[in-house]
Amino acid sequence: MNRAEPLVLGIETSCDETGIGIVRGHRLLANTIASSMDEHARYGGVVPEVAARAHLEALEPTLTAALAEAGIALADLDAVAVTSGPGLSGALMVGVGAAKALAVSLGKPLYAVNHLVGHVGADVLDSEDGTIEYPTIALLVSGGHTSLLLVRDLVSDVELLGETIDDAAGEAFDKVARILGLPYPGGPQIDRAAVGGDPKAIRFPRGLSLPKDMERHRYDFSFSGLKTAVARWVEAKQDAGEPVPVADVAASFREAVVDVLVSKAVKACTELGVPRLLLGGGVIANARLREVAAERTASAGIELRIPPLQLCTDNGAMIAALAAQLISAGHEPSSLDFGADSTLPVTEIQVH
Amino acid sequence: MLLAIDTSAGSSVAVVTLGGEVLAERSSDDPMRHAEVIGTLIAGCLDDAGIEVAALTGLVAGMGPGPFTGLRIGIAAARSFGIGAGLPVHPVVSHDAIALDAYRSGSAAPDATLLVVTDARRRERYWTSYAGLDAAGLPVRVQGPALAKPDDLPTSESVRLDALVVPAGALGQVAAALLATDGAFAGEEPLYLRSPDVTMSAGAKRVTA
Ligand SMILES: [Zn+2]
Repeated sequence: MNRAEPLVLGIETSCDETGIGIVRGHRLLANTIASSMDEHARYGGVVPEVAARAHLEALEPTLTAALAEAGIALADLDAVAVTSGPGLSGALMVGVGAAKALAVSLGKPLYAVNHLVGHVGADVLDSEDGTIEYPTIALLVSGGHTSLLLVRDLVSDVELLGETIDDAAGEAFDKVARILGLPYPGGPQIDRAAVGGDPKAIRFPRGLSLPKDMERHRYDFSFSGLKTAVARWVEAKQDAGEPVPVADVAASFREAVVDVLVSKAVKACTELGVPRLLLGGGVIANARLREVAAERTASAGIELRIPPLQLCTDNGAMIAALAAQLISAGHEPSSLDFGADSTLPVTEIQVH
Repeated sequence: MLLAIDTSAGSSVAVVTLGGEVLAERSSDDPMRHAEVIGTLIAGCLDDAGIEVAALTGLVAGMGPGPFTGLRIGIAAARSFGIGAGLPVHPVVSHDAIALDAYRSGSAAPDATLLVVTDARRRERYWTSYAGLDAAGLPVRVQGPALAKPDDLPTSESVRLDALVVPAGALGQVAAALLATDGAFAGEEPLYLRSPDVTMSAGAKRVTA
């Protein structure tokens, strides 16, 4: 096995994207993603069984497309990598079964890795020399997770500082979009609706930001109260027979989400003396989040890193990249006996 | 030489020659740990058979019927193994393997009618009825695969067989016989026989009374 610049194929199926990525060391060769998002639209959110069925259907075409894009032969691979968790268990299992069989068919080692740490691993593909500067704080925000990590070393030392105690931020966007009568997925819909709206028009609550919360939930998030506050506000308007100022509601809601995400991330950086913040996850597509993060990190003297969007949303390249880093650091492959772990903690960077 | 994989009930993997000889078979009847065991079953079977991947000519995938989560894992494994080894994947109805096994082992006479039953969870069963073996030695499917409550299962067949594992050896034998006689394989779609559990979004619910 080439440990200096391993050629790795990564399989990611933790939520609704079937991702196959191929990397050589820290260089990206292919990043193919098939999404079942459209199939979930009429249900207003990701339906686990629909996602899992879609993974099985997308597996072969996505794998074939990634190989063609990378222009490599499977026989050249040094290893296969797969997301073991966290995520939707039925969805994860499709990837785990596929990865094991692929590895055995090729006689190649298999690396089972952590999805959240994979999001951090995406950053090596975006760097000149394939290194991440340590320590770094990582804010990972999607429809499935909202987590704040302290990364001292990608392959050996990742700590969970906090996470959402109820809805993921992406889910909050979906639910508020529904309140406003907008379709799924909510993120881009809220963004569109917020154009021209006043983000300060309505002061929606910032979850877990009161002094009493800050003791127990310093770096945790909560979006369920915010969603309820938006619903109450909208219902009061409707009950009074007044028009709902959708642009103002959308802008003010988005501001509340962005404010709490960025505030806690920047607070973690300053309090822990970490001068770097990395963003990851599909919600990073939100322009207002990137803008506020850029402003506040700049004024706090924190370096902000945002990988290209294709590497922020769930993808196989980040899984391959993390495995490549593990291989280069001398880590041995996983056994063939691991399973899907829907609640895999971030401290388990690789599953054996 | 075929590598047959089925996870429609438990998990089972076998290496079967194109002549229908089962060289190795490994199974686990745990209905919950398909993802955990599948890799070891495949690697172990190849070891037991003493063959290299290069000696294989095709994959066989048991397409169910089977409860969603487990069924997919074997199909995903067969397909990705197929890509890795550059081999075709032949889909087979999993109940056909149970039926073939029953007829060949003598649990059912070659001309007896047979009801194959497997667990569909949620207090339901998958069933398929058969009317003996045809000239190619393949079980003749009469009805099914279908889904039913235990009390609603057909009762007119002379033999009923409730199976916990689909023997991958027999699955490979079905595929070998189909290949030899240019018979029809199953479709590409897994036989879940149930729609996903979903609740249609009815719009936002009121939070204020
Ligand atoms: Zn993610």
